[in-house]
Amino acid sequence: MPRHTSTQPDSDPMLDVRDLYCERDERVLFRDLSFSLHRGEVLQVKGSNGSGKTTLLRILCGLNDGYSGTIVWCGSPLAGRLDEYYSDLLYIGHRVGVNKVLTPLENLRWSSRLQQRIEDSALSAALAKVGLRGFEDSQCHTLSAGQQQRVALARLYVNQARLWLLDEPFTTLDTGGVEMLETLLREHADAGGAVLVTTHHPLKVSLLQTLTLGQESLR
Amino acid sequence: MNQTTSTSKAFLATLKRELLIAYKRKNDVMNPFMFFLIVATLFPIGISPEPQRLAEIAAGVLWISALLAALLAMDNLYRADYEDGSLEQLLLSPHPLYFMVLAKNIGHWLVSGLPVVLVSPLIAYMLNLPAQSYATLFITLLLGTPILSLLGSIGVALTVGLGSRGLILAVITLPMTVPVLIAGTVAVQQTQNGASLVGYAALLGALLLGALTLAPLASAAALRISVN
Repeated sequence: MPRHTSTQPDSDPMLDVRDLYCERDERVLFRDLSFSLHRGEVLQVKGSNGSGKTTLLRILCGLNDGYSGTIVWCGSPLAGRLDEYYSDLLYIGHRVGVNKVLTPLENLRWSSRLQQRIEDSALSAALAKVGLRGFEDSQCHTLSAGQQQRVALARLYVNQARLWLLDEPFTTLDTGGVEMLETLLREHADAGGAVLVTTHHPLKVSLLQTLTLGQESLR
Repeated sequence: MNQTTSTSKAFLATLKRELLIAYKRKNDVMNPFMFFLIVATLFPIGISPEPQRLAEIAAGVLWISALLAALLAMDNLYRADYEDGSLEQLLLSPHPLYFMVLAKNIGHWLVSGLPVVLVSPLIAYMLNLPAQSYATLFITLLLGTPILSLLGSIGVALTVGLGSRGLILAVITLPMTVPVLIAGTVAVQQTQNGASLVGYAALLGALLLGALTLAPLASAAALRISVN
């Protein structure tokens, strides 16, 4: 049974996961995994390499359906409410969704306009906030890995989604970027959002929950 | 500013992105087009430069070249998006995946299919196609090449997650496109013998409508499987 430290507020959880079971290539990744995520919380998912962190995130955003168990979103099961869920969800995966030939602005414009109506000025402002001022018109293949990560992270500034699922968002960031992202997570949680993030980086946020996946946590 | 977008806005944003990427990757766009020209040019060299014989095979040559060019162009459709993670973002949009796939298919046809259709009269001239068949050829290609794009999209969506695909895309896609090939070439041959174009155009139109309504659904389902 995975450990889950919790000091849960009273409100209904935003995301409630019950008895999740998943196996991959005949190996059980997790069994009886239950946790919940409330507004204002940041849930950090830890675990050794291959322990199923990415799989868990992909299950939670509906990209992977090789599991059994229940995922409850704002009070009722997720199945059949995906449209509603997706307009309130922001997922940044390992592959960050940044096209190499487009510029940061063009990438951000498309990925945010899939979800909401937004002006170019707001997009430029978001790019400036992630430190890409002056790079708006360079093609993304000329940017470094960290800068491409920042292009994806710029979506966090313009997005209205309440639930963020972030897969290893700290990996390619420099110290300034790490600080920026931590502040962003804190602000999002304070504003009533919820974050589920996989990372080994020690997070400095209030109301931090941790969830550890992997064999060593099985009793 | 903070409203959610309508599906039509998301559709347009995706279509625009598709065209923008094509504009920035002119090579990828030019390749299938050049391939079409080269293949169509090889037939007279390989078979016979005799005008009489060329006129007989012209329609078939044009259709087969268009089909092969469409197949070559297909590979770009989802590959880059799959590799950089944009495909996941597309799947996670709150809009029906049908329309997002349709936007990608239309964008793809505009840059790969349409140029082939537009240049086809020139190749037809080179192949000595009888003058009265030009309109037939143009119309059947105009109706037929979008079907090739839509059907090809299913095959690409199914195979995008595979490491080495080799010929599998052709094996999946080509059988589905045979009816289109038959309808297109027969239309050109029969109108040369005085048949009316209307029936063949209606048949191709019906195939196109069927492909427009059903193929993106199949592509969408296949994409979900590939990303899983």
